[in-house]
Amino acid sequence: MTTDLLIQIAYLVASVLFIMGIKMLGKTSSARKGNTLSAVAMFIAVVATLLNSQVLSFTEIFVTILIASAVGWFAAQRVEMTNMPEMVAIFNGFGGASSVLVAASEYWRQAHEASLTMPVVVAVTVVISILIGAVTFTGSLVAFGKLKGLINGRAITFTGQHALNALLFLAVLAFSVLVVLDPNFELWMIAVLAIALLLGVLTVIPIGGADMPVVISLLNSYSGIAACATGFVLNNQVLIITGALVGASGIILTQIMCKAMNRSLVNVLLGGFGQTGGAAASGGGEEIVVKEVGVEESAMLFDSASSVIIVPGYGMAVAQAQHVVRELTDLLEKRGTSVKFAIHPVAGRMPGHMNVLLAEANIPYDKLIEMDHINDEFANTDICLIIGANDVVNPAARTNPGSPIYGMPVLNADKARTVIVCKRGMAAGYAGIENELFGYPNCLMLFGDAKASMTKVVSELKEMATA
Amino acid sequence: MNAEALIVLLYVLVLASFVGFELISKVPPTLHTPLMSGSNAISGITIVGAIVAAGPLDHSVSKWLGVAALFLATLNVVGGYVVTDRMLKMFKKKK
Repeated sequence: MTTDLLIQIAYLVASVLFIMGIKMLGKTSSARKGNTLSAVAMFIAVVATLLNSQVLSFTEIFVTILIASAVGWFAAQRVEMTNMPEMVAIFNGFGGASSVLVAASEYWRQAHEASLTMPVVVAVTVVISILIGAVTFTGSLVAFGKLKGLINGRAITFTGQHALNALLFLAVLAFSVLVVLDPNFELWMIAVLAIALLLGVLTVIPIGGADMPVVISLLNSYSGIAACATGFVLNNQVLIITGALVGASGIILTQIMCKAMNRSLVNVLLGGFGQTGGAAASGGGEEIVVKEVGVEESAMLFDSASSVIIVPGYGMAVAQAQHVVRELTDLLEKRGTSVKFAIHPVAGRMPGHMNVLLAEANIPYDKLIEMDHINDEFANTDICLIIGANDVVNPAARTNPGSPIYGMPVLNADKARTVIVCKRGMAAGYAGIENELFGYPNCLMLFGDAKASMTKVVSELKEMATA
Repeated sequence: MNAEALIVLLYVLVLASFVGFELISKVPPTLHTPLMSGSNAISGITIVGAIVAAGPLDHSVSKWLGVAALFLATLNVVGGYVVTDRMLKMFKKKK
């Protein structure tokens, strides 16, 4: 009895620490401490649970924890910052799978204790937990595969896709009801699990690469809701509280991402963006004529500029160009040029992706400016350097009502006196539409790999300094 | 679990959700990735349920499901916190 009370108090303390930790995560100055605090909360919750009188198999538990911790720690230390979205996706999937397994374990225990008929409440919560956990699991795995390039990153669509999903959704609801009506009949439960796993795959497959920030945020939210549902299964408040925190966080991020793309969540989830839009846009426009620029000329332009804004995009991450961009920044600043970074909310493959990459390259975070705060500054800027970004600087979003991205908030990069676009080739951006910015008279294209081009520009600039 | 207990849990859920929305709507975009991976680690709280599920001394299916859950949840928790810490360590203000 006293041990149980102790456990409950420990859970309460952990819950408070989790909330404080999340609060501190919201400020750059205290974020690291906040993360540590929430890790301490997790540790307290784990230790308290080990005191539970039902927990007896310490050997298995400690061995499992030890191995998993080693694997997790190793993976977390090794991962490249550019691969962070994959990492988050796969961990998310593990969280979902773990919710499924806990609920399944509880279900199995109750279903096999012969004397027991499962209470309806337990059956309902188990079903919800398995359903959400399974969708989170396979959905995250598909997201991981897409980000890693194991599966085609573009939207995969086929005829009857929505109908199939709707049908499966209805089927899973029907089976869920059957489980609740007859909880001890395992086949219904297995059907729910199987369809939920399938739904996870089918709902993420039609969503293309640049919509990943939305999907990852949403799956993050699901993993919280799954933990929350497991809390209901086990009658455990700490799971419910923390699950709700994570769920809320994911939902807010999802909303921010959708707003930044001027699309509704439903529109993103139905997927297939890019295929239909591409045709509509290419019909109206004439061929875009671009002006190329070489490294030497680019370096000369930088040499005479007094203000530069850099717009990074996913292409910078792919080329691993963040470090050489830092070098360029340092070089320019040493000559008295002001350098700022303009960050679009959906640049990259997850919310805040660019911020992490630039932080890795030692660029202070107060140089990274949000879209709304920097958009008026482009007009007074000598050079806007765009590295691996495309749709987020397309002026068509402001000017062309026929464009599929019309209305999406974009960076006003075209307003700068000179725009240099560092890009591999003329391939269209994710939305599959031409970027009319590339044809503007003040726009110069610097074709090539971002890292290679920037390295050359930096060395040219250095030579100019010594000459 | 009876209906009363369920209501209490629902109270907890609703209030915690409000707290979550309040806290997170203020997070600046710079911190979105760490927030996501940090909250991801927190969602590994199912580790608590996994430990209980893996607790019995027997060798039932139920127990081994719990052990599997424990493995994945621990991976989620440890990996999530370590990677978040690694990221946040890099966030520096101008020297």
